[in-house]
Amino acid sequence: MRVLLALVLVLGLAGAAEPRTTLPDVEDEVMCVECKTALNVSTSPVADQERAFIREQIAKGLTKQQVKDALVDAYGPAVLGEPEAKGFDLSVWIVPGLLVAFAAGGVALLARRWRRTASEPEAPGPDLDHADAQRLDAELTSFDR
Amino acid sequence: MDNARGVPGVYPAAITLQDVRPRLYWPITLAAAALVALLTYGVASVGPDTSLDESLAQGKRVEAPSAELPKLGSGGTGSLADEKGKVVVLNVWASWCGPCQSEMPLLQRTHDKIAPQGGVVLGIDTQEPPEKALEFLSEKRITFLSLRDRDREYGRKFGITGYPETFLIDRDGKVAALKRGPVTQEWLDQHLPPLLEERA
Repeated sequence: MRVLLALVLVLGLAGAAEPRTTLPDVEDEVMCVECKTALNVSTSPVADQERAFIREQIAKGLTKQQVKDALVDAYGPAVLGEPEAKGFDLSVWIVPGLLVAFAAGGVALLARRWRRTASEPEAPGPDLDHADAQRLDAELTSFDR
Repeated sequence: MDNARGVPGVYPAAITLQDVRPRLYWPITLAAAALVALLTYGVASVGPDTSLDESLAQGKRVEAPSAELPKLGSGGTGSLADEKGKVVVLNVWASWCGPCQSEMPLLQRTHDKIAPQGGVVLGIDTQEPPEKALEFLSEKRITFLSLRDRDREYGRKFGITGYPETFLIDRDGKVAALKRGPVTQEWLDQHLPPLLEERA
């Protein structure tokens, strides 16, 4: 009996870890291949066909990742909306990296400059003129009494 | 830089781009210019390839692109090059495209008509699961061969902008005419007979 209960518990947990995929869960992460917009906002005939295809895969019990793999197999990698790592699309991967490196270099340069400025000894204040110096001495002497 | 440190109520001036000149000014300016140039190139290069249309407008026939693609409904691959010596009506279609559905019976009739004269219709199905495409072909009773261009990579070489599109290929494998949109009996009657009369 205990073994049976444990088995039910394990199967139940496994089921909970992999929730059933739904159409809205997939269609907001893939593209309409012809209209080049997110599938969940597309109303073209190809978008309808893609949605029907997703429903069929869900009915087969496929996980979200498996459904996406099936979509790529049927419609090509463009369905994922990710730029390809070739040609001009390569710049989408390279440019952000370059910008981050460039910005980091700039921040490092400015930080070094700020640190150097902060460590400079403070400039002494302006010298007192004779009258002020005499008044200050008189004030300080009055405290000594 | 004017440093007013030590005077109450007066703070050091903020460091501006002018202060870090010339060490950073030019690199930043050049990087910004490169970014703008990249964006301009990106926007300008997304348009379809119209070189085929331009050549045909000048009366020049251009070598038709060829690629090995999977055959729909049967194993193995095929290509336009396999049909060299024949006049080919190359039709780019998809089952979800309404005009493609409408013109399919005309293309099947054309295939049947030109086959004895050394002509063939070759379909290029694109961007859909093969099962859907086969279901559609069976429903429409289409017998001519179709190849599968899943990613539209092959179609891009013809400057495809939509579906359907049709290209007439002469016996030497050169594009002789094209129709961006559905074909009509009149268009086929105008362009096909002269091509069928030509010898390779």
